[in-house]
Amino acid sequence: MRLERRETASRTAMLVAPLVAVAVTLAACALLVAWAGAPVGRTYGLLFDGAFGSRFALTETLTRATPLMLTGLAAAVAFRARFWNIGAEGQLYLGALAAVAVGGLHEGSGFDAPLPLLFAGMVAAGMAAGATLVAGPALLRNRFGVDEVVTTLLMNFVVLLFVSWMLDGPMKDPTAMGWPQSVALDPELEFARLLEKSRVHAGLLWAVGLAVLVWAVQRFTTWGFEWRAVGASPEAARFVGVPVGRVMLRAALLSGALAGLAGVSEVAGRTGYVTLDMSPGYGYAGIVIAMLAALHPLAVVGAAVFVAGMLVGADSMSREVAVPSYIADVIVSVSLLAMLVATMLAQYRIRRR
Amino acid sequence: MLADLVDTLLQANFWIAVLRIATPLVLGTLGVLLCERAGVLNLGIEGIMVAGAFVGWFAAYQGAGLWGGVLAAALVGALLGGLHGVLTVVLALSQHVSGLGITLFATSLSYYAYRVGFPKVSTPPTIEPFTAIGAPFDAIPVVGPILAAQTPLALLAFALVPAIGWLLYRTPAGLALRMVGENPAAAESAGIPVAATRIAAIAAGSALMGIAGSFLTLAAFNAFFFNMVNGRGWVCVALVVFASWRPGKALLGALLFAGFDAMQLRLQQGAGSEVPYQLWLMLPYLLSILALVLVARRAAYPQALMKPYRKGER
Repeated sequence: MRLERRETASRTAMLVAPLVAVAVTLAACALLVAWAGAPVGRTYGLLFDGAFGSRFALTETLTRATPLMLTGLAAAVAFRARFWNIGAEGQLYLGALAAVAVGGLHEGSGFDAPLPLLFAGMVAAGMAAGATLVAGPALLRNRFGVDEVVTTLLMNFVVLLFVSWMLDGPMKDPTAMGWPQSVALDPELEFARLLEKSRVHAGLLWAVGLAVLVWAVQRFTTWGFEWRAVGASPEAARFVGVPVGRVMLRAALLSGALAGLAGVSEVAGRTGYVTLDMSPGYGYAGIVIAMLAALHPLAVVGAAVFVAGMLVGADSMSREVAVPSYIADVIVSVSLLAMLVATMLAQYRIRRR
Repeated sequence: MLADLVDTLLQANFWIAVLRIATPLVLGTLGVLLCERAGVLNLGIEGIMVAGAFVGWFAAYQGAGLWGGVLAAALVGALLGGLHGVLTVVLALSQHVSGLGITLFATSLSYYAYRVGFPKVSTPPTIEPFTAIGAPFDAIPVVGPILAAQTPLALLAFALVPAIGWLLYRTPAGLALRMVGENPAAAESAGIPVAATRIAAIAAGSALMGIAGSFLTLAAFNAFFFNMVNGRGWVCVALVVFASWRPGKALLGALLFAGFDAMQLRLQQGAGSEVPYQLWLMLPYLLSILALVLVARRAAYPQALMKPYRKGER
């Protein structure tokens, strides 16, 4: 037996592949649920209800999906240019910290500037912080060939320690009674609520809007063409005169800025201040989301809602039946592996010799 | 400050700590080295270490004994490595993505299993961990007390350094492993089964990663905690580059990293206590990055690293 690449990928196979992946995932995770001694059907029912089954569930899922869309986009734009930015977690935290530095320090009202200007400054600072953080690894990769996987990964730990230092010292909230938490953002700068009695905020619109924008740029502009060319084959792109290094740097900076914006959106839309546990691994989850979406910017939105739904649904499900909420991460990781295998096999056929 | 530094370097306790911190790094780095020498990046290490830590501890907790725990951790590591091998070698999926997927999968599955097994414990259940070796090592002058304070697992780790060096450079299996990582087409024409060799190397390397994880629960601590691996796996990935894919230099890198880690702990409590402790904690990570930059220019990457191989294709 051997694998043989199809000349043209079969459309049906490509459409069926994700469905097969989901079915395999649900079947595999059903074994784990049964192992925990819970009724499988009821558990999945509770999981789905907790994620999408009510107005409250749906709004919570969308709130959780907002940072995931942004970190998912961050991973998707970088990976598309073959720049492996694994540092979205750190870039998110630094973006959040920069947002508070602009809009929260200085007696709690931010810099002395008109509100619209201050708001723009806050968003720009967060995006710039994320982009700056990834600029180092990107330049090291371009100039010295230092593997960016390791440098962006290690920077996550450095940034978390930096945030911890800031929350202990210069940016500490003096009224937080010893909890490591930053000063609060000026409430005037917070993102608008989209729906009554829910936590859905304008960050969702930013995320969806940016997904469309990134898609349009990739699809219709010269930059986007170069971007996809580098992603398809750096050697071929270099051969036809695409400045590969510059394209990669551009994608890396955009990726960092998007992850930084995820931090801004979390601070301005949800928490109001920075804590050390404000992101339960959104940066890492973004990588999974980008891969589930096959790096397509629009599909990132759907993948983020799926992952957020699993996380929110598992939280509410685990309060009812004795299944640990870690099942959400298992479902997400198994679906990633299943999806990778399924889409790969869809492009090939198995041939017996 | 300098006097403090010299003073610290002369203490046996300091070196005992260095070897203890270095042990999982040595095991993990050797594991990454085997995978990458065969041409496959394995970012699954972080998760494989979590799985090794959990399974090793759980086996010991169930009465399999400490070495039974180590064996179980190695087996789970090899299984996860085999999965990574099938995904990256047979199916030629992206090695980055598959590795990160394995990390997420192994981590979440370990946490899930721990919570299913122990739903409502506030203090983690403990085991009786490996104890220091003691005799006959304490009879050796100077280094004796330092070695005698280590656990048998640590000695295994350090003994593996020359063993893997010998395997790589002095045996046909090692030559085959290096060939499939440098020039798989040439290896194929020399009659070496490329895919099988690569998968075997990944499984063996991942077994070492599993043992590295089990050191944390069976020797360094006596229980399983969430987040206990805490980036050690990623550090190993950096150390392999620093080591130019050589076992001896990998040991050196792990010792250097552990040295800085042990040093910052002491500086934090002593002379440097006015500096925020987070800055000291950052140092090992920043130094790892610096080391990568310094060696990057002359890094001798295995030529076929991250390149899937298929018969008859160029």
